[in-house]
Amino acid sequence: MGKRIGMEVAVAVAEAVGLCNIDMAAVYPITPQSHIAEHLSDLVADGHIDCEFVTVESEHSAMSAVIGASGAGARSYTATSSQGLMLMHELLPIASAMRLPIVMGIANRAVSGPLNILNDHSDIMPQRDAGWIALFVENAQEAVDLSIAAFKIAEHKDVMLPVSVNIDGFQLTHMVEPFEMPTQEEVNEFLPPFVPHATLHPSKPVTMGAFAMSDYFTEIMKAKDEAVKASKKVIQQVFDEWGEKFGRPYKLVETYKADDADVMMLTMGSMGETAQMAIDELRAKGVKAGLVKLRLWRPFPFEELKAVIGNAKKLIVTDRACSFGGPGGPVFSEIKSALYAEARRPLIYNYIIGLGGRDVQVKEFVGMFENVLADTANKAADTYEFWGVRE
Amino acid sequence: MNPTEIMVSDADEKDVDTSRVAPIENPVLSMLRQDRLPHIWCPGCGIGTVVNCFSRALMSSGHDMNNVAVVSGIGCTGRVAGYMNLDSFHTTHGRSIPFATGLRLANPGLKVVVFSGDGDLFAIGGNHFLHAARRNLDMLIVCVNNFTYGMTGGQVAPTTPLKSTQSTMPFGNFEPPMNLPFVADAAGASYVARWTVFHIRQLVRAMKEGMEHKGFSFIEIMSPCPTLYLRRNKLGDGVDQVRYFKEHSVLKNGANTQDVAITATDPIVVGTFVERERPTWLDSRNAQLTATLGDRFVPYGGQNVQK
Ligand SMILES: Cc1ncc(C[n+]2csc(CCOP(=O)(O)OP(=O)(O)O)c2C)c(N)n1
Ligand code: SF4
Ligand SMILES: [Mg+2]
Repeated sequence: MGKRIGMEVAVAVAEAVGLCNIDMAAVYPITPQSHIAEHLSDLVADGHIDCEFVTVESEHSAMSAVIGASGAGARSYTATSSQGLMLMHELLPIASAMRLPIVMGIANRAVSGPLNILNDHSDIMPQRDAGWIALFVENAQEAVDLSIAAFKIAEHKDVMLPVSVNIDGFQLTHMVEPFEMPTQEEVNEFLPPFVPHATLHPSKPVTMGAFAMSDYFTEIMKAKDEAVKASKKVIQQVFDEWGEKFGRPYKLVETYKADDADVMMLTMGSMGETAQMAIDELRAKGVKAGLVKLRLWRPFPFEELKAVIGNAKKLIVTDRACSFGGPGGPVFSEIKSALYAEARRPLIYNYIIGLGGRDVQVKEFVGMFENVLADTANKAADTYEFWGVRE
Repeated sequence: MNPTEIMVSDADEKDVDTSRVAPIENPVLSMLRQDRLPHIWCPGCGIGTVVNCFSRALMSSGHDMNNVAVVSGIGCTGRVAGYMNLDSFHTTHGRSIPFATGLRLANPGLKVVVFSGDGDLFAIGGNHFLHAARRNLDMLIVCVNNFTYGMTGGQVAPTTPLKSTQSTMPFGNFEPPMNLPFVADAAGASYVARWTVFHIRQLVRAMKEGMEHKGFSFIEIMSPCPTLYLRRNKLGDGVDQVRYFKEHSVLKNGANTQDVAITATDPIVVGTFVERERPTWLDSRNAQLTATLGDRFVPYGGQNVQK
């Protein structure tokens, strides 16, 4: 069994990826991803992993390089954040269309402007429709576990899609946290060697990225949609296997004190732990509060979400990004449409919180619950509000 | 910029320990946004010296400061745009030249100076540099070359000398660095110079020349990054590096840019390497369209044309 250790989360992620027998990593540094890149370079230089590591000239090149490497049959990894992810944007749908099982760590950070280096989810939200599987983690243990499990998901023969592991920048990447690091033997047992479905090889020529006009394009898009949807089953399977092997089971939608909850909150990423403390406080006061934590953003876990919402009367959706001029935060509009056809659905409230690294404390999560409970006439339901904004 | 001198600004006066206040006001203070001080640069960093030289070049140039704009990318050097008391554009990493292109063409009356780092201009933004030089766009590019990505923690850059240690090259860099003046020359820049932060007089002069020069001007300035480059390579502090620049630089105006690559052993070649007349993008465009359309074309923003 792995040892329980304390480590900076970004470094731990690099260590975890280092256990995955990767063949190729291409990176361009950006705060707060840099420590992942730097530690990977140390692992390669020290001979711990037999891997090509290249510090290319931009994120656009980093994503292009791992697409090339993955096309040649190499297990490939990159990591980025914010502006870097925005610069990769052009390539993301290409990686998924080519069914290349790349794994990418994203140290989530606000997107400019104004320039800001701190955490929110405005970098990953615009990548929603790229055809990537998107996982969110809450703490060091999850960051380590899912960075490894991501390869198994991506490379599964029924999936063959790229996966992003979203790790809140600074709030998570730069914290030193205790966790259990799996051993090399355990990871070897869990993660079989990568067998690519097709590779660029002179003895067996294939074309990747071929041209498709209106005669085939629609069918290819439909096929991609089916592939992304179908991956959901495999993701849960891999999570179950992980649970069996390591004793830490994961679900697509996690809950905390949700079973009998009247009023619930939904979070994604590291704020779940803070919200959890708010739930405890509220429960102590007799409020039947519960928490839903969305681990899987794409493919969206519709059924799993509906199952845990249960009989809650009110649901507070927190968003860490904005959809300017839209119906509310991106997670909120997703949840609303997911529950639209339900005969019984909770009233849904939306708070846009923690933008550009703004701290959201336990008492503020409690405050959100209190506001929503005080809204007895349901006036604020179905609307969104920027939490804590100075006007 | 001496921090004790900066403290003389009115804004800070009441909080200042007067026993440490230098009696003379920093002569370039008016060129800086004093409300933005203190700056973020580390002690011994060379960027401040470059800003000082740039301020002096501007002050003695006679230009109307309302007609000068600074465009920076992202990085320690990129912060210059935020500190200069001028119109400034703090853009995204690598894109300072395209922003500057738009600015210069939309308002041809402006003097446009791009101030950015080696990584910004030659890694992520390298392509833009080539094309702006090729077009001979009328702007000055000031590149602070500290051999590293300073802002993000000292990773290997396209300028990192061979064998130098960087956070992503723990056992020494094996990628050959770019020879920046050669790249600029080959791409078509019409003014190319290199100085170090030791050469403050020459640098002030070069900045004035670069601003006056019609066309694409490029100045590489070798500058110490004590925090991330020097310390990691056991090269001493900022002053040691300036001393090194002093002792190892040779002046070769007009040198063949192929021969000015920075190596660990060769002397650092400094000077004005290229100064050539070539029509700017606007001049070429005006000439071409005038030749084709005659009187029907109204020239815009070129060398002999007012806006
Ligand atoms: C698209 C994008 N990728 C990466 C970064 C992170 N980043 C900020 S500054 C920088 C490098 C700066 O190096 P340089 O241009 O040499 O400037 P210096 O800090 O050395 O002055 C990087 C990689 C970013 N801001 N945007
Ligand atoms: S990190 Fe280096 S380049 Fe950046 S301010 Fe410090 S010394 Fe200057
Ligand atoms: Mg630099």
